[in-house]
Amino acid sequence: MESMKSEFKSNIKNTFSEIMYPLIAIVFSFVAAGILVYAFGKDPIVAFKALFWGSLGDLNKVGETLVTTTTLILTGLSIAFAFRCGLFNIGAEGQFIMGGVISLWAGWAFKGLPAFLHVTITLIAGAIGGGLWAGIIGWLKAKVGSHEVINSIMMNYIAMNLSNYLIMTVLNEPNKAFSVEIEKSARLWRLSEKFIQFKYSRIHIGILIALIVALFTYYLLNKTIRGYEIRAVGFNPGAAEYGGIDVSKNIVLAMFISGLFAGLAGGIQTAGVQYRVNNLFGFTGYGLDGIAVALVGNNHPIGVILSALLFGILQKGGPMMQVEGIPKEVVGIIQGIIILFVAANFVRVMAKTFRGKKASHEAKIKEGVK
Amino acid sequence: MSKRFLCLLLALVMVLALFAGCTKPETPDPEDEGEISTEPEVPAYSFGMVTDVGGIGDKSFNDSAWAGIEKAGSELGVEPKLLQSTKQDDYPPNLGNMAQSVDLTLAVGFLFEDAMNTTADQYPDKYFGLIDEVVDKPNVMSVTFKEHEGSFLVGVIAGLTTKSNVIGFVGGMDFPVINRFEAGFIAGVKSANPKAKVIVNYTGAFDDPDKGKEVALTQFQQKADVIFHASGACGIGVIMAADEKDFWAIGVDMDQAAESTKNKVLCSMIKRVDVATYTVIQSYVNNDFKGGAANALELGLKEDGVGVGDGGNNVSAELSAIADKYKEAINDGTIVVPSTREELEEFEPVEIE
Repeated sequence: MESMKSEFKSNIKNTFSEIMYPLIAIVFSFVAAGILVYAFGKDPIVAFKALFWGSLGDLNKVGETLVTTTTLILTGLSIAFAFRCGLFNIGAEGQFIMGGVISLWAGWAFKGLPAFLHVTITLIAGAIGGGLWAGIIGWLKAKVGSHEVINSIMMNYIAMNLSNYLIMTVLNEPNKAFSVEIEKSARLWRLSEKFIQFKYSRIHIGILIALIVALFTYYLLNKTIRGYEIRAVGFNPGAAEYGGIDVSKNIVLAMFISGLFAGLAGGIQTAGVQYRVNNLFGFTGYGLDGIAVALVGNNHPIGVILSALLFGILQKGGPMMQVEGIPKEVVGIIQGIIILFVAANFVRVMAKTFRGKKASHEAKIKEGVK
Repeated sequence: MSKRFLCLLLALVMVLALFAGCTKPETPDPEDEGEISTEPEVPAYSFGMVTDVGGIGDKSFNDSAWAGIEKAGSELGVEPKLLQSTKQDDYPPNLGNMAQSVDLTLAVGFLFEDAMNTTADQYPDKYFGLIDEVVDKPNVMSVTFKEHEGSFLVGVIAGLTTKSNVIGFVGGMDFPVINRFEAGFIAGVKSANPKAKVIVNYTGAFDDPDKGKEVALTQFQQKADVIFHASGACGIGVIMAADEKDFWAIGVDMDQAAESTKNKVLCSMIKRVDVATYTVIQSYVNNDFKGGAANALELGLKEDGVGVGDGGNNVSAELSAIADKYKEAINDGTIVVPSTREELEEFEPVEIE
């Protein structure tokens, strides 16, 4: 009884510090960013007011922030999941693009389906598209041993150009630089249909899907044998193999699941936000931002949700900062500082050094007493 | 445990205090404020520009648009606001953010079409300007250009300049706005020099000088000696290749003669985006803002919205006289310049002596 109680207590304490460290880091990074804004000759108070007003100022803005958060939760989960298996999936960007374009096809090609079925097919098609795209990378890693980072970067370019090609040919809206629109039945339900307050934001039911996927990821990684195997491969592939775990199979599977999430993010972007796909001038950035989201979220599904929210706020508040006269580059630097502070874990390191010094100091005193 | 947090908190408070101290000089003295309020009221104009993901610094389209806005701003004593988009799907919220803080929002680029439709409805009492695309809303003033007309003229100049009878066209991305350049240019070349062949290539980007250079060098190997580009910053690479291999490049959007170190820019197809943004601001200031598709402006040769720039003095008087004749023919409707590939196929080259 006593031990259970203390275990519970330490659990709470751990969770508390898990959340506390990044929070303190965020506060510190905002202070550092504020000093930087001041150094650029702008008023930091105005800048931060613009940041939060631009992202959370009214319900429409909150809605837009959640739209970005939805996408970032999924791409963040994608990176975090692969990371748990020791894989660095830079290719979430490419999987996101493939998911988007395949969802577009599914949403456009099938006609006359009931809405619920059509939306489901559209999203699943996107997810599987992303999954297979990532699966190729996993398969190459497992069978040929080629490094997933290089392959996934290259696959990103292939995905972008393939998507552009498809959009400008078979899926092209005549005389436009974007694709056809998906059918009405393939669109995710928007909150604005029911709540007039959200009229001018594109917030849609996808946020719920993203949250469910995050919980599912937590369950899969921590409560199932498959998750245990995947984590074991991530900790030490050699030891995992010695323990009878099929490393190759788990690598391919982890990449596939990672790609599913990124592909689903692309699908949701098509079915919930854009209803079409643009001819891309460069990468969308969602897959690449996912890396930062996963890092700041400490590769933990719940952490990813919170950090995706933070990044949503930064991305949707950034434009308002620009309107207030803070250059685009400075907005980018502020985001960079926050990532640096949180991901570098410096608060934890500082706290540890502090604790270590105190402990050794106490030990010395004790010795002195003796 | 608690002690540690206390220490951290204290440190935080100290840093925050520092940062609060920093902001103090920014707040104006109450006396100053009093002075400002006693000044006579000036009609408060406010306007800002939203760019697509290209952003300013491209020495062509977006920079030109911003130049027009800054000009209007300095004349009116208004500091214009600028918002550069970082994601292609963030156009609607970006336009909304700008519209909330200024009266007139200028969206520069055809990619804003969809976003403009929703945002214009959302802010019916605000004004909007859209460049390069037409939207039918009462509070949106749309401005497009007849890029094909200007391209036709530089096509004529290219056709009469080439010695190898091979001419290159380097496009940014293969879509309608850029196709207008292509169709007009080829029509111009064919009219002036029916024997000349035009090689058409697209870089697939607007921001990569290396790609532009690569494509230009490939066209040079295929004996092209005049190359026209409509590819944003990729064109800087085309001009670099022209310097290196000694052929003619034709610039776009702004007069790009200064981009060449060896004066290898034959001429430039100028698209006066600055005139467009300036015009929209003027009509908003002068209270004759006209929205809707019916009132959309289309700036061609006649309106001086497009034209030929010869900053390097490389076009002979004889050549520019011929180009002027073609210009007249376009202005009086004798020549209807094709704006798409389909129209180009039906186009009958017109030779003027």
